[in-house]
Amino acid sequence: MLDRAQVLHVARLARLELSEDEVDRMAAELSKVLDHIEKIRELGLEGVPPTSHVVDVVNALRADEPTPSLPREVILAAAPEPVNDGFGVPSPGAA
Amino acid sequence: MSELIDLTAAQAAERISAGEIDAAELFEASRQRAAADELNAFIWVAEAAPNGDGRAGGPLGGVPVAVKDLFCTEGVPSQSGSRILEGYRPPYTATVVRKLADAGAPLLAKTNQDEFAMGSSNENSGFGPVLNPWDRRRVPGGSSGGSAAAVAAGLAPWAIGTDTGGSIRQPAALCGIVGLKPTYGACSRYGMIAFASSLDQAGPLTRDVTDAALILRHTIGRDPHDSTSLEFPGTIELPNAEDLKGIRLGVPEDLTGAEGGIEPGVMANFKHTLALAEQLGASIEPCRLPHAPHALSAYYLIAPAEASANLARFDGVRYGLRVAGDEDLITMYSRTREEGFGAEVKRRIMLGTYALSSGYYDAYYGTAQKVRTRIAEDFRAAFERFDFIVTPTSPCTAFELGAKVDDPLAMYLNDFLAVPMSLAGIPAVSIPSGLSDGLPVGFQLAGPAFSESRLLDTAHALERAIEFDGSPARA
Repeated sequence: MLDRAQVLHVARLARLELSEDEVDRMAAELSKVLDHIEKIRELGLEGVPPTSHVVDVVNALRADEPTPSLPREVILAAAPEPVNDGFGVPSPGAA
Repeated sequence: MSELIDLTAAQAAERISAGEIDAAELFEASRQRAAADELNAFIWVAEAAPNGDGRAGGPLGGVPVAVKDLFCTEGVPSQSGSRILEGYRPPYTATVVRKLADAGAPLLAKTNQDEFAMGSSNENSGFGPVLNPWDRRRVPGGSSGGSAAAVAAGLAPWAIGTDTGGSIRQPAALCGIVGLKPTYGACSRYGMIAFASSLDQAGPLTRDVTDAALILRHTIGRDPHDSTSLEFPGTIELPNAEDLKGIRLGVPEDLTGAEGGIEPGVMANFKHTLALAEQLGASIEPCRLPHAPHALSAYYLIAPAEASANLARFDGVRYGLRVAGDEDLITMYSRTREEGFGAEVKRRIMLGTYALSSGYYDAYYGTAQKVRTRIAEDFRAAFERFDFIVTPTSPCTAFELGAKVDDPLAMYLNDFLAVPMSLAGIPAVSIPSGLSDGLPVGFQLAGPAFSESRLLDTAHALERAIEFDGSPARA
């Protein structure tokens, strides 16, 4: 069961500014889904290794060779607020 | 040109190489048909053939392909069905889309989808729902609903989509076409806007099994840009089997029993298809996948957890929507994400963030990854006795628009039969196996990793025997 305080805590971690209605709805919906999901915690899984890659792959090595990146102006063309050859953002410390 | 709609893509490619059809004419005819779409299957349609020639010289003959919106296509809108990426035109093209174009299948259109591939009905798209061509009051399935509806309705010769927990197979089943999820790692994920990276896999949605094999043949292979991609052992043969002599099919009681909630009409069709397989020479026996019923629970922890991390990149800084927050950076992030994401995406981000949060990681994500190991072991054991595992693809046929939008759990249960194969990373194909109350039913075959050629061969023999008639959806 998730309560309002937990929903607000998780929303803050996820950087979501939920509306009041959404907080209530999310608490109810997530609780219902989690009730269903939690059954797997009853399975005996001691000593079972967690899956990392589904096909047996240990490592993926490659030569460390530089290749050209996309030009700066091409990347900045999609930015909401390009500033001085970079991404403009509000001040992180204002609040 | 009107008879073109009754050709499979492979047949169209043959006519082009025989000089009976002109590739540029085929592209234009396809383009006009796509542009007149009434199902909302497309988010973008090409205005002209690329380079004017459709690259008819390649092995795919110039037959144009529709591509799910979440594949990045250079200079062409690629929004993953989300308003947070509205108008985004990436500066590069996904590997599988580039490979298809190089092989002679130019980009025809971008198809509608559930937002960030999260959904089983296509009702979660930021660009409106897609309608099922068999009955426009019903959903096409999801999340590759636009690709499935387009191919079923003859609005595109063939298409690609992505499958994380059934998102190719389930819409293929609900629209009466073929959908293949390849082995995890068989096709590069480079340029696919990520949902759950350990599960996402590109694959074909096509009119028949031969078309699916053709697309797969030209999209597999290791890609230096995706370190989880793998060199495919061997090549993809075009299917030609006409019988199933010596093929051992296993029916997993754990999935097809009461817990699966399979509709009676779907179950009747499944049994009928098994009887056909037996007539073709296959042996059919029950088998066990004891952990498979828990796959859905594990999936709805693993996929949202990975999604919550992948979707952190949508923060209003580098691309897409920004909602001005004059106050500070975090307010800007939070407002942008609140406005840009739809309800289901927020739900999954919340679920995933919770499952990964301090104090809950081991209990949820860690446990789910252990269940995943057990599920893969179950399949490995089953494949020692059986060539393929078979189930219905979806517990139900296409449901009415709006029927499940308010009940996330009911919506998630659509994936009950598709998710175990996703967690095990193994290939699975859905072929149309008949109708139930006038709506298509899908038959799913799953095989060991990299068994695609044999899997498609078996599906092809069944397809011939089933003789499914998809023409009502193209009317």
